[in-house]
Amino acid sequence: MTNSAYKPVIGFEIHVQLATKSKMFSPAPNNPDEAVPNTNIDEIVTGQPGTLPVANKEAIRLAAMVGLALNCTIDEFSKFDRKHYFYPDLPKGYQISQYDQPIAKKGYLDIEVNGKTKRIGITRAHLEEDAGKNVHPEGLPYSLVDYNRAGAPLLEIVTEPDIESAEEGRAFLQELRNIIRYLGASSADMEKGTMRCEPNISVRKPGETTLPKYKVEVKNINSFKFAEAAINFEIARHTEMLEKGEMPRQVTMGWNEKNNCTVEQRSKEDAQDYRYMPDPDLPVLQFPQEYLDELRNRMPELPAQKRTRFLEEYKLPLADVENLINWKELTYYFEGVVSEIDEWINSDVDTKIFKDRISAGEPMASLVGWDRLLAIRQAANWCLGEFSALLNQKLMNPYDSAVTPENFAEMLKLIQQGKISVSAAKSVFKVMYEKGGDPSEIVEDMGLAQVSDEGAIAGAIEKVIAENPKAVTDYKAGQQKSFGFLVGQCMKELKGKGNPQVINDLLKKKLA
Amino acid sequence: MLSKEEVLRIAKLARIELGEADVEKFQKNLSTVLEYVEALKTVDTSGLEEVSQVTGLINVQRDDRAVLAQNREEILGQAPEIKDGYFKVKAIL
Amino acid sequence: MEFLHLTELRKKLDNREVSSSELAKYFLARIKKLEPQLKAFVTVTEEAALKDAQEADEFINSPGENPFLCGIPYVSKDLFATRGIRTTASSKILDEYKPPFDATVTRKLKEQKSVLLGKTNLDEFAHGSSTETSAYGPSHNPWDTSRIPGGSSGGSAAAVAGGLSPWATATETGGSIRQPSSLCGVSGWKPTYGRVSRYGVIAMASSLDSPGAIAHSVEDLAHLAEAMAGQDEKDSTTGHVPVPQYSRNLTADIKGLKIGIPKEYFLDGMEEGVKQRVMEAVKELEKMGAKTVEVALPNTKYGSLVYAIVAPSEISSNLMRYDGIRYGHTVPAAADLLGVYEKSRAEGFGDEAKRRIMTGTYVLSAGYYDAYYKKAQKVRRLIVNEFAEAFKQVDLLVCPSSPNVAIKLGSAKDNPLFGYIADQLNIPGSLAGLPALSVPCGYARPADNDTPSMDGLPVGLQIIGPQWGEQQVFNAGFAYQQATDWHKQYPSLE
Repeated sequence: MTNSAYKPVIGFEIHVQLATKSKMFSPAPNNPDEAVPNTNIDEIVTGQPGTLPVANKEAIRLAAMVGLALNCTIDEFSKFDRKHYFYPDLPKGYQISQYDQPIAKKGYLDIEVNGKTKRIGITRAHLEEDAGKNVHPEGLPYSLVDYNRAGAPLLEIVTEPDIESAEEGRAFLQELRNIIRYLGASSADMEKGTMRCEPNISVRKPGETTLPKYKVEVKNINSFKFAEAAINFEIARHTEMLEKGEMPRQVTMGWNEKNNCTVEQRSKEDAQDYRYMPDPDLPVLQFPQEYLDELRNRMPELPAQKRTRFLEEYKLPLADVENLINWKELTYYFEGVVSEIDEWINSDVDTKIFKDRISAGEPMASLVGWDRLLAIRQAANWCLGEFSALLNQKLMNPYDSAVTPENFAEMLKLIQQGKISVSAAKSVFKVMYEKGGDPSEIVEDMGLAQVSDEGAIAGAIEKVIAENPKAVTDYKAGQQKSFGFLVGQCMKELKGKGNPQVINDLLKKKLA
Repeated sequence: MLSKEEVLRIAKLARIELGEADVEKFQKNLSTVLEYVEALKTVDTSGLEEVSQVTGLINVQRDDRAVLAQNREEILGQAPEIKDGYFKVKAIL
Repeated sequence: MEFLHLTELRKKLDNREVSSSELAKYFLARIKKLEPQLKAFVTVTEEAALKDAQEADEFINSPGENPFLCGIPYVSKDLFATRGIRTTASSKILDEYKPPFDATVTRKLKEQKSVLLGKTNLDEFAHGSSTETSAYGPSHNPWDTSRIPGGSSGGSAAAVAGGLSPWATATETGGSIRQPSSLCGVSGWKPTYGRVSRYGVIAMASSLDSPGAIAHSVEDLAHLAEAMAGQDEKDSTTGHVPVPQYSRNLTADIKGLKIGIPKEYFLDGMEEGVKQRVMEAVKELEKMGAKTVEVALPNTKYGSLVYAIVAPSEISSNLMRYDGIRYGHTVPAAADLLGVYEKSRAEGFGDEAKRRIMTGTYVLSAGYYDAYYKKAQKVRRLIVNEFAEAFKQVDLLVCPSSPNVAIKLGSAKDNPLFGYIADQLNIPGSLAGLPALSVPCGYARPADNDTPSMDGLPVGLQIIGPQWGEQQVFNAGFAYQQATDWHKQYPSLE
């Protein structure tokens, strides 16, 4: 912050739409992408008289899983409550939520900001049902209601006010999103609204330990960028007011992305009196220890653990690790390529010849002359570079593309073996991406094979030396750029397919 | 007796429009009921868990299987007003 | 024909002595004739009934066994969702509502090829004990049409008592089956909470609502229980206890049965005739070998108080959904959205519903929850525990179903506590979710003595059992009806 007179105090309320097949309390399909209004509805979703809720087992499992991943306590008993208010998108006039016995509470999440670890407290995480969507046609005296989203399972996560900057806020959201995605609990997509965040922002003087007397909630944020911008906007606004001796009011603001600012919103109900009561239609939930143990055992590797492993085992640069971790599917794909690389290495080693060295513990990679870490780094580069670029054009996921990790690794091997140049590899990869197939065959079909055969290259060099006596003389006289010219001529002679390394080596030898 | 304001506050929460006569009637009615249940306050309930379910059931859950009911048109058919497949309401402010 | 028991109708249908279509036509004609006097119905579904009866006949005429209810006409309290058939809860707010689905009970009865004749009147949303809060006006007691049939299942009780239908679905929250059964001289079964699915039964108070049935005999009720009961994947509060073959297990041998007489259920203000008839019934049970003991249920007096908080709280919550947006009565002329809510609900709900909504909203609102709702649910625990203790000593409890016989229409008007007092003998058992029966046990003169009925008006004997204890309740009722013929006496309505 530019102004150091005040320190931000920020907490988040985050809603995550769980990726179940059916809704929280009804078998109607839970599909966030449904475009036709009021399609995924039934008598339960629309709150017809006499209908009853039945809780979705998978939603409860996912909620408990996220709770555990956020280091929360899962009490043995939990229950559902009714939260009452009138709003057209709320079919029953109450939302089934959890009031005083949330599934998860008292957890934390560690985030990395500027190389430092910071712990953000998680107050609670509870399950509830989503509301429908209201559409407001501009300039018309009516609104339209779509209940496709109504009843979708939502996990509301509330943090402690431990966040002290927009940057920390963003890091927290990103880490949380990754965890949720790694757990398969949700697509957690801010743009699509399957993850929604509402920061509660206030500022106070440094050294103050009590919470400020006000807080401002900001809604309507649909990207990490906007979350950061909205927080910064509010911090500046509060600071400015306080410096003028004014007290910011406790209000709900909305982020206006057109004008890059927050705008005061009207509150949902003037008198917020939700009249919570236990839902008599839903028996209590019990989480026996064995159930929780089972969840812990099945917990997939979480982003933080992956991050540490990628740094330690693969020795990848931090920025690359972060970029990989932020794309769960690409991370899994990348690891698929790594295991193919390992397989190539292992199968290339003639275990009979190297029997003694293997038993002496020498890594396979050094025996085959393929540097494993280098290959892994190349795999990461290709994943984050060429591959990501192609995938992003069509908003596709790696496993949906035609490139299998096996072919991906084989392509890296062709480069390593000098069979193709890096630029040729890019053309090959494009074909692999578009049509699929074995890279060796594509190289052959496209005639991109690099000439590494010393005989062929030597022939070309003879010819070039004979035809360019001046350049040869100049080089011998110490003019380095003539060497480059000669290499270029050799390459031309080889129709661009010569292995530059081999040309270099042989030419140097000839001219020595 | 319950005050007028209190009755109006409750009516607002319950979204029921009340006329003058209604307010007075509910002042009396609600007060009668509240007096009637007053005796409960004297009952010793220390150490008692409140009842919300007499069945004692726990963890009644369904498997996550999606089934689309084939009654969309019947549901929309009950609505006072539908526009382009949406439920139409007065402008939400 | 009109007063034949289900067991007899089954035989006649199976033996082709009568067809389902003939039965349907017979009862529809009787409805046409007597409905002006009784006003038991909100909707008569003549066309659908004749079609269903024809299908049932085809089924009966094809080889194979017939389900117990196949081809037998019935009527359903207008609280049970019937797909495509108007279901109003006797409220203006649902005046034109046609459910897009069937209640689980409706579905089960359809699967047996029952024939629905119509939907019966009730107190609006089951709020009441007389049917006088119905938006369509009250039903009348077939024994004396100047009197209430009781409620809220008054239409169902009147229809069965008047011979307009062999049986009827009904629901209880706090007396709504037992009290009208008692007042109309028919047999009513209030199931254990969770024994019969509530799915598709328009909710009154969800922690109490128990769909059940009214018929002419306990044996019929045992058959109906088999048809209606069972765990339902659409109702999380249905019990996972298997449904016994109640009818096959019925026995009139109640030698050694221990029956508790709770002294708190014989109130000072109770009509003397009611007390006498019930004590005579107790003697009858003793004659058959049952042992009776007096038991104390001192928390009984709190039952109606707990109910007066819990029921309106849940009602206020369950009635939130009637907002004039997705279905039901709406006032499109309102100036804005708030106006649509406030006017639709003000016009759509009757006085009693509003009274309960207001009470419930008040006790749940900020600052009052602990003092009222939470406290009431704790006292409810006392009542649950007290019954559990009592059932360690006795097999059943026996008492009156109602402190009085049917009162005059209009005499309970504007008493906001009428329901709570009328049902004080039923409410404690409801709060504990216990099964019970009301069976006719004679007649008593009403307090006002103003009735043309010579012997007086019907009195109901209440038999309460422990949770899931339907079988022993049915057995006791069955034994009583083997020894008496009160259940075979009918009002003259011609």
